[in-house]
Amino acid sequence: MSLLSILGVLSSAIFSGTSLLYTTLGEVIGQRSGIVNLGLEGVLLVSASSGFAVTVITGNPFLGLLAAALIGGLTNMILGYLVIHRKANQLASGLALMFFGFGLSALIGKPYVGARINGLPRIPLPGTSGLPQLYTSLFSFDILIHLSIPTAILVWWILFRTRWGLGLRAVGENADTAFASGRDPRLIRYQALFLSGLLAGLGAAHLSIAYTMNWTEYMTAGRGFIAVALVIFSRWHPMRAIVGALVFSGAVAFQLLLQSSGVQVSPFLLDTIPYVLTILVLIAWGGNRRQSAPASLGCVYHGTE
Amino acid sequence: MPNPQNQTPMIALRGVTKRFPMTLANDHIDLDIFGSEIHALLGENGAGKSTLMKILFGFYRADAGEIQLNGKSITIRSPRDAHEYRIGMVFQDLNLIPAFSVAENIALFLPDLKAVLKPQEIDERINEVSKQYGLEVNPRALVSQLSIGEQQKVEILKLLLSNARLLILDEPTRVLAPHEVEALFGVLDNLRKDGYAIVLITHKLKEVLECADRITVLRGGRVAGSLLRAEATEEKLVALMFEKELSGLKIAEPKRDEMSTPVLELRGVETYVEGAGMSLKGINLQIRPGEIVGVAGVSGNGQKELCDVVLGMELCVRGEKYLFGKNLTNRPVGAMRKNGVSFIPENPLAMASVPFMTVLENMALTQTWRYARNGGFAMDWGVVKADIQQTAKRLEFPVNFYTIAKSLSGGNLQRMVILREMTHDPRLIVASYLTRGLDVQSALAARQALIQAREGGAGVLLVSEDLEELFTLSDRLLVLYGGRIVGEFKPPETDIYQVGHLMTGSKVEHVANG
Ligand SMILES: Nc1ncnc2c1ncn2[C@@H]1O[C@H](COP(=O)(O)OP(=O)(O)OP(=O)(O)O)[C@@H](O)[C@H]1O
Ligand SMILES: [Mg+2]
Repeated sequence: MSLLSILGVLSSAIFSGTSLLYTTLGEVIGQRSGIVNLGLEGVLLVSASSGFAVTVITGNPFLGLLAAALIGGLTNMILGYLVIHRKANQLASGLALMFFGFGLSALIGKPYVGARINGLPRIPLPGTSGLPQLYTSLFSFDILIHLSIPTAILVWWILFRTRWGLGLRAVGENADTAFASGRDPRLIRYQALFLSGLLAGLGAAHLSIAYTMNWTEYMTAGRGFIAVALVIFSRWHPMRAIVGALVFSGAVAFQLLLQSSGVQVSPFLLDTIPYVLTILVLIAWGGNRRQSAPASLGCVYHGTE
Repeated sequence: MPNPQNQTPMIALRGVTKRFPMTLANDHIDLDIFGSEIHALLGENGAGKSTLMKILFGFYRADAGEIQLNGKSITIRSPRDAHEYRIGMVFQDLNLIPAFSVAENIALFLPDLKAVLKPQEIDERINEVSKQYGLEVNPRALVSQLSIGEQQKVEILKLLLSNARLLILDEPTRVLAPHEVEALFGVLDNLRKDGYAIVLITHKLKEVLECADRITVLRGGRVAGSLLRAEATEEKLVALMFEKELSGLKIAEPKRDEMSTPVLELRGVETYVEGAGMSLKGINLQIRPGEIVGVAGVSGNGQKELCDVVLGMELCVRGEKYLFGKNLTNRPVGAMRKNGVSFIPENPLAMASVPFMTVLENMALTQTWRYARNGGFAMDWGVVKADIQQTAKRLEFPVNFYTIAKSLSGGNLQRMVILREMTHDPRLIVASYLTRGLDVQSALAARQALIQAREGGAGVLLVSEDLEELFTLSDRLLVLYGGRIVGEFKPPETDIYQVGHLMTGSKVEHVANG
């Protein structure tokens, strides 16, 4: 295996992992407030299709990006209304949201299948300009990739170093205590879901506007669910989400490389590599008291009498 | 004492009424709370004390009634409003977040918390106030690693830092050691002098007569009477609280055979706890049939671990555990339960009940194998009820099988756990803070039940910080400090002071050498 192919794997891991990372960061925020969003897949699809549509219409990928993020936040508000106001079951509501997203995104994206766009512009990594063209093109990233790690740090900072983040985590642990401290658990959960949707929208935008630069039905291919799994993998911590997203998409890229290089192993078996690897990492890391799920994850907040 | 007769009260409640689906918890309650006063709120379990105070704190909303602040009518719709009016409260079932550090828990309630947290500053403020009031805690410790007594201290710190003028303390002393109670009353006394108003809910009449300025007794959701301290006596208060008179504790000397196989024997037991918990070191302990062994100590010195290790929830890394001569070291909890071990843990809400199950379901929880029918596909609820009712009759505890455990008052929850654990003639009873949160009458019944069990030949391990309780009930008294047994006495051979000193570690050297 040449250096070039290894760098190729790394580059493709970064490209395909970015949408996962944003989505996972968003879900970390949502779950820290106590809400599991199984509808992420749908949210991603709606955001990806509408972001792509706006880019085609306006010709401006940044407007598409903005639209995708906002639509992501708004779509999450549907889940918010169901589980916060109507006190519906989170898992059932999430699945309903997912199917809604499948349909809606197909509708939005239909006229734009096969449309061409100018994606987000690529900016080479600083310091790679001296390398041969082949290498620079591998590490020429769009703005969302450049901002992904700063975003993870920002999410960490918001959760652990701000008053709002403290309140948000308190709601996810014990909403009654948060209420007694003078906060409104319902409002905080709406805010968390909106922010979570914004980040998922950015992830979706990266997929359709920066990475693949097209729209096809069901193009997210399970990323919403993988993001939910990565939240558990990263044990609700934004910094570990970076590792999770990279490991997972790296494994995907690696097995694609193996398949294309003609290894005599069933491609179905190779397909399982990323998942097996994820399980192995989970086993190796284990769990401990300090980092377990937010205590009232998935619980309905009933308020007091 | 200032003459409040001519003063407007800081807070006045008028006709406050609150109905829960099954109970009328507060029925037209009038209450005046004055600045520079400690107002004690008394009443039997389920009388409605916590509910009333949660209404004042905005946690519950009253169905009817009015709240006045300095003579002006106000509405308190949520704790946020209460914080505005500078009303603060420590809940009976402590409300800390276990996954958070002490500092984070306190920061959550700071009124002037900045939008961007400065952990260093918060730690410093906590340290300052905790030194000032003698409530030492480590701000960086995780609450899940604190004993319940330490958690209580954190709650009090949280209240002191929250800038409130009216402090409501719902049974703050039930988990504190005697010297900590004294320190707390010192703090409250200072606050009173500074003009704060304090509401103190407690079941300990001595405390009330010691420090309260005014005493209100609730009964069945109504005000049964309100007295100034000068007018109050223990008898008067008891008469206001209960319908019938209290009988004394009947202690019969059990027949005991010193040579019989011990119910429980620990030989050189050691545990290992990660982090801030307390590991046990070299514990040797024997409990004979018909013997109550008391364990004195300030909470956090290994009591929880001792109970856990006996029950099998914590592993012994060294040493052995024998039950009736059978080696059951590190066997699972189920095995201990089947061998007749009962457990009343220090925190019944978190460790002995499932909050959203009904009382009946909770009652069957520890003995499902006993009640399972058709190979586990059915439960015989009738038998569960019959068994529990029998014990309930003996202890004279009321039970309502179909309420959700979470909605029980603190004392009623404790009564539920005691009922369950006293059923099925346990042979070894491990009881932590048995009478915590119980009213005087129920506490008496619970102690009586222990004595009955002893007469029946059961062994009892009784952990408590209430030295008076330990001295009356125990046949033998151990003192636990820093995870070791630092003293062993027969109650007549010692006194509260000697034990108190050992508990705080001030004479450890001497004992270790002697
Ligand atoms: N959330 C709730 N839902 C339903 N019933 C409740 C709820 N909270 C309290 N109750 C009921 O209201 C009554 C009064 O309860 P409360 O907690 O005020 O008693 P208390 O005087 O504080 O007793 P204790 O000394 O045992 O703490 C009890 O019968 C209790 O079961
Ligand atoms: Mg109470």
